[in-house]
Amino acid sequence: MTDEATLTDDEAGKITRVEELAYELSISEVMTRNVITLSPNLTMLEALDLFKAHRISGAPVLKDGNLVGILSIEDLIRCLRDGRIDLLVSDYMSTRMITARTTDQVVEALKTFSQSHVGRLPIVDEKGKLAGMLTKGDITDGLLKALQKEYQVEELIRYRASHLFEDIVSDRTSLILRYTIKKDDFVHGGEASNHIKKALLRLGASPQVARRCGIAVYEAEMNLIIHTTNGGVLRVEVEPHKIIMEAYDDGPGIEDIVKVMEPGYSTAPEPIRAKGFGAGMGLKNIKSCVDEMTLFSSKEKGTNLFMIMYLEKEHPTAESKAATP
Amino acid sequence: MKISEIIELVEGKLLTPYANLETTIRGGFAGDLMSDVLASIEPDSVLITGLMNPQVIRTALIADIKLVIFARGKTPSMDTLKLAIAERIPVVNTQLGLYEISGRLMKAGLPSFEKPMLFRYDED
Repeated sequence: MTDEATLTDDEAGKITRVEELAYELSISEVMTRNVITLSPNLTMLEALDLFKAHRISGAPVLKDGNLVGILSIEDLIRCLRDGRIDLLVSDYMSTRMITARTTDQVVEALKTFSQSHVGRLPIVDEKGKLAGMLTKGDITDGLLKALQKEYQVEELIRYRASHLFEDIVSDRTSLILRYTIKKDDFVHGGEASNHIKKALLRLGASPQVARRCGIAVYEAEMNLIIHTTNGGVLRVEVEPHKIIMEAYDDGPGIEDIVKVMEPGYSTAPEPIRAKGFGAGMGLKNIKSCVDEMTLFSSKEKGTNLFMIMYLEKEHPTAESKAATP
Repeated sequence: MKISEIIELVEGKLLTPYANLETTIRGGFAGDLMSDVLASIEPDSVLITGLMNPQVIRTALIADIKLVIFARGKTPSMDTLKLAIAERIPVVNTQLGLYEISGRLMKAGLPSFEKPMLFRYDED
């Protein structure tokens, strides 16, 4: 079955990005700067010749450097219909102009284009002087260029990261990421985990693997923030065929290591639950996300949580996980 | 169900300046405890919550949640909104409560991604 009208996720993502770029780019970044301008004293015939010579369909009219009107191909047609090609630009130009500023967002111009029926907008600087012209075509070109540039940058980062392991020869190559997690730092809670998830995606992990690892380290990160005496460390070691994630701290240690694995069991006080944590699902979630999980804890040495994710399908644990979504 | 349809159903207001309102949402989860959310939510989903802190957005990012609805007319903190905008997670708020929002969306055919927590650690 083929349905060409259906967007793929990838295409939909690109469309979203185009919409976002319309908010991020300013008009000055996409407008045409070297504009052919007309004097109001030119005859319409001279204007017609200029339009032909430069293959343009409209131009701003300047008098003493100030914008006084805009002449479009429609005005020329009107003039030809009247049979008065000898009249002046000032007779046919439209003086009721909609302008936009160089600093406006591209999306503002898009709104203007859809609300009015103008095809081009004179763009003025902060002093009201003409700085350029903008057509819908300029916007399309500008957005495509920006999209292309971003895409190339991200592709390059991904390419470099995903080929990291191929380019380096050793008996065992790995990449280690370390994050220091502060006690009670709820403002940044989850930031390290999101960095880890993004890093794994750049290194070539599938979205499913990145998501599962992300959930596991997010739970571990929140545990370090909520339950430790002095915070702790998140350490992720990426190898070509497995990801080893570790969360460790120096205390106070877990009171009842069997009970802590039960779904719904939580030692988090009420203020923590009010922040949305302490559901008693953390370690259970980690266990169901990764292929192997080991928890060590003592009052003297604190807690060490090891999590392993295998990236090879042949691995027995990885396969059984893949079967249960 | 498209994000635009969801916003209309819950009488919501989009708080982030841009969002692809055509994005398809496959199901939803309502709750305030983030670990409960992570335990059962699936990708391409909507999270309905009364919790207002940045962890909601971080949870959405980690779990590939595509839309967050804040219930009961609450407005999230600036930190939360800034993060949502920077990370491109669309955020909506509505005067309706969790029960009403969930009810309307389910009635309109959006499935639940909530799963019971019947399993025990020693089972597997």
